[in-house]
Amino acid sequence: MRYIARVEVSLKPGHSDPEGETTRDSLKELNYPVRDVRVSKVYTILLEASSIKEAEEQVEEMSRRLLANPVKDDYRISVEEAR
Amino acid sequence: MRVSDVRICIIRVGGTNCDRETKRSIEDLGAKADVWHLSMLVKKRALHEYDGLVIPGGFSFGDYVRAGAILAKSLTVKLGAELERFIDEGKPILGICNGFQVLVESGLLPGFDGISKYPEAALATNIPIGYRCRWVYLRHENSGKCIFTSEIPRGKVLRIPIAHAEGRFIFPKDRERRLLDRLIENDQLVLRYCSEDGSPANGRYPDNPNGSFYDIAGICNSSGTIFGLMPHPERAFYGWQLPDWTRMEKPPKFADGKMIFFSMIEYITRRF
Repeated sequence: MRYIARVEVSLKPGHSDPEGETTRDSLKELNYPVRDVRVSKVYTILLEASSIKEAEEQVEEMSRRLLANPVKDDYRISVEEAR
Repeated sequence: MRVSDVRICIIRVGGTNCDRETKRSIEDLGAKADVWHLSMLVKKRALHEYDGLVIPGGFSFGDYVRAGAILAKSLTVKLGAELERFIDEGKPILGICNGFQVLVESGLLPGFDGISKYPEAALATNIPIGYRCRWVYLRHENSGKCIFTSEIPRGKVLRIPIAHAEGRFIFPKDRERRLLDRLIENDQLVLRYCSEDGSPANGRYPDNPNGSFYDIAGICNSSGTIFGLMPHPERAFYGWQLPDWTRMEKPPKFADGKMIFFSMIEYITRRF
């Protein structure tokens, strides 16, 4: 079976996000009432697995081993069957 | 071992830089250095023929995912057991700039309890944000564990340039004080950003160029044989690499980065 996983890697709360702050300032200059911006990165992964559970486990492991650094990153995973 | 028998391996992949400068620095001190593409080094199983390893600076694999992350996994997956043997034998590993990021991402640094499965620290985006390429002052803080600074007196101020956008050293927020105490207690703290007179930067820009926690610029592992630093010692090897050498009455033959390579080679000749 083929699955599509979406992994969103974002900075943990409390960790400063210089890219988000710079973007926030720019949006403010454009006169939007923006209070805060946080930047995250999204990976869309097409993979083979025998079940959705196995796909989720694999993506979980990928996130821990490569996509996120546990010191500063949180990650959120969603997996669905590929059509 | 005689200096002329010392052989250092420098790893190259797409995006690394200053591998040639590093080779020249090492060879000028009388040792031999070879630049190997990681794939070739793995194919020829040549790592064990070397007495030291350098992971140079640059932007390996385009800094994709995170700076140093992909090369870190590549090293541990492809060289795994060979690399562990290399470390167990006490052979030194130096990570410069991107090389430091690689050592942190691979769990080799700080390596409180040997190689960790997941990173124990991170080199995050600079604060203020931006790629910064300029000379900085560093204070040598190590009391003798780090073999890469054994020939540098404690408290000496060094001038070496940085060139990075992700150099802000951090520990996990909830444990940062405890891990810092451990780093200092273990004598793993090596270089801190400081002002010209050696007084602490105290997190203030521009002396601290990237917002690093505790002004950390370089650390070593718990046995002192693995060292990573954000500044580029190979860009501060000769006196004529100093930004103001033409204005000096008598420019020095060498600049401060030389002592790091010299100490590394000294250690190898003594130990092996």
